[in-house]
Amino acid sequence: MIGYIIRRIAQAVLVVLGVTAVTFGLEHLIPGNLAKAILGPRASPAAIAVFDRANGLNRPVIEQYLAFLGRLARGNLGFSYRLNQSVDSLVLHQLPNDIVLVGSALVLALAIAVPVGIAQAVRRNQATDHIATAAAFTLYSMPSYWLAILLIAGLSTGLHALPPEAPQASTVAGLLADPRALVLPVLTLTLINVALFSRYMRSAAITTLAEDYIRAARAKGLPGRLVLSRHVLRNSLASVTTLVGLSIPAVLTAGLIVEYVFNVPGVGLTYYTAAVNADYPVELGITVLIGIVTVLGNLASDIAYAVLDPRVRYD
Amino acid sequence: MTDRTARSPALRAFASHRLGLAGLALIVILAAFCFLGPLVYHTDQIHTHIRLTNLPPGKGRPLGTDNNGYDILGRLMVGGRSSLEIGLAVAVLATAIGVAWGAVAGFTGGLADAVMMRVVDIILAIPAIFLLIYLSTVLRPTVLLLIVVISLLSWLGPARLVRGETLSLRTREFIDASRVMGSRSPRIIARHLVPNVLGTIVVSGTFQVADSIILLATLSFLGFGLPPPAATWGGMLSQGTTYLLDGYWWEVYPAGLIIMLTVIAFNFVGDALRDTLDTRLRQR
Repeated sequence: MIGYIIRRIAQAVLVVLGVTAVTFGLEHLIPGNLAKAILGPRASPAAIAVFDRANGLNRPVIEQYLAFLGRLARGNLGFSYRLNQSVDSLVLHQLPNDIVLVGSALVLALAIAVPVGIAQAVRRNQATDHIATAAAFTLYSMPSYWLAILLIAGLSTGLHALPPEAPQASTVAGLLADPRALVLPVLTLTLINVALFSRYMRSAAITTLAEDYIRAARAKGLPGRLVLSRHVLRNSLASVTTLVGLSIPAVLTAGLIVEYVFNVPGVGLTYYTAAVNADYPVELGITVLIGIVTVLGNLASDIAYAVLDPRVRYD
Repeated sequence: MTDRTARSPALRAFASHRLGLAGLALIVILAAFCFLGPLVYHTDQIHTHIRLTNLPPGKGRPLGTDNNGYDILGRLMVGGRSSLEIGLAVAVLATAIGVAWGAVAGFTGGLADAVMMRVVDIILAIPAIFLLIYLSTVLRPTVLLLIVVISLLSWLGPARLVRGETLSLRTREFIDASRVMGSRSPRIIARHLVPNVLGTIVVSGTFQVADSIILLATLSFLGFGLPPPAATWGGMLSQGTTYLLDGYWWEVYPAGLIIMLTVIAFNFVGDALRDTLDTRLRQR
């Protein structure tokens, strides 16, 4: 297993390097060049030359890439000329908000999807299973913003039960001070994640139920409830680690959309605002950060799975 | 002849799949609505009409008008064209790239496989919507550009699937036999491997249409899709949402519903195809 983990880490390092190379390449797609994008289309050649020299843009591409890597390694994600602020300080300031939003939605979604998946597997092809499958299918086929709009229309503008906008505070304490306003964004994101997870949890539980150790547990007379809680649930939890690892890009995408619709002050909304304002350094800084987070998340989930399920042999 | 007898059980199985048939019927209706509808129901979707803005459904405008005075029913038809065209084109292009990439990687194995699959990992690590938003701020989106860019971000799933199947197929006897008879790798891949993963390809291609339509609508919803005066479902929904508090329901629900129906239709067909074509699943 140690060998597998080492190989897996080496792989992740390669992929992270690839992600940085892609981001670096994206920067060179900016129309004209970075200097004009930042100094303006009528910048004088002299000003552009000064900017290029100051930012090392006149050096060979390989050197520029290595310098980019060096900056990343020091935690420097770039500088927003529009906001006159470093991208890392911008992101660092908002990341806690995302962790609250995405994290709570993720935990809630698992708390719903895991038991529902097991219940579906146990009552396979019965009414419970069909209803849950239909619900998941409908949610899955819904673009996330459409779900958000329906929830706003129903619970907010319709019943006036909840505010249609997330708490407008820039800190976690501020967000939590207005829990009512947090309900709709968290609910939307939870439902999106449930749709993402429940199909997978159902088939994972079906596979587990067919295993020999379940039959053995039943044969030795273990009550059905205990078979489910001790064997099925515990083994389903191992596959949750894989699921969460694989879902990171989808969860982040949903996060971006929910932050946009509900105006949540988080990294996703910052990315959107940066895109509207053509603030390229912010876009690229967040892109590379998200890529690295995804790779590390996948790595962590693979290692966790290897540790949790010793039957898996990697050679 | 042998080909037909081999395929007909799958056809019959699909025909007995009620949801799959419903999905197929829905796709036909939607396609007719988008492509034939404008021939019968003429509307002006280019020039704004400021005296006809935000009108509720009534005589001559079954679904009302939006804030530019565009007829909503007509706009749904025109907007659907780009959605369906881009969705289908992306499915074809992305699947073709994915199949070629996955088959070559899985069949060649070794270092080439490792390098090719790391490329897949790298592109998968950055969620497509972030890359799409960035690219549409840098480049001006057109139908063709969107097809190319979404395809370049969507072939990764099919590539992984096909590689997986190729890995198990390449050790089979008929591949060895073909090699012994003097076939070179490109021929083996084209004549023996790809036909054997056709089921997987068709299923993943169908889901790809649904996924690309969602991705495209999301991009338009966020305002980074085709620029005006092009009509897009996502753009209509986004614009209509502004009037949610004013009670202009006809500007919100038709656009949202049609996106959802299209996606559901392709997912139904994809599910039915998977049940009928995927032999491993049929056994369960």
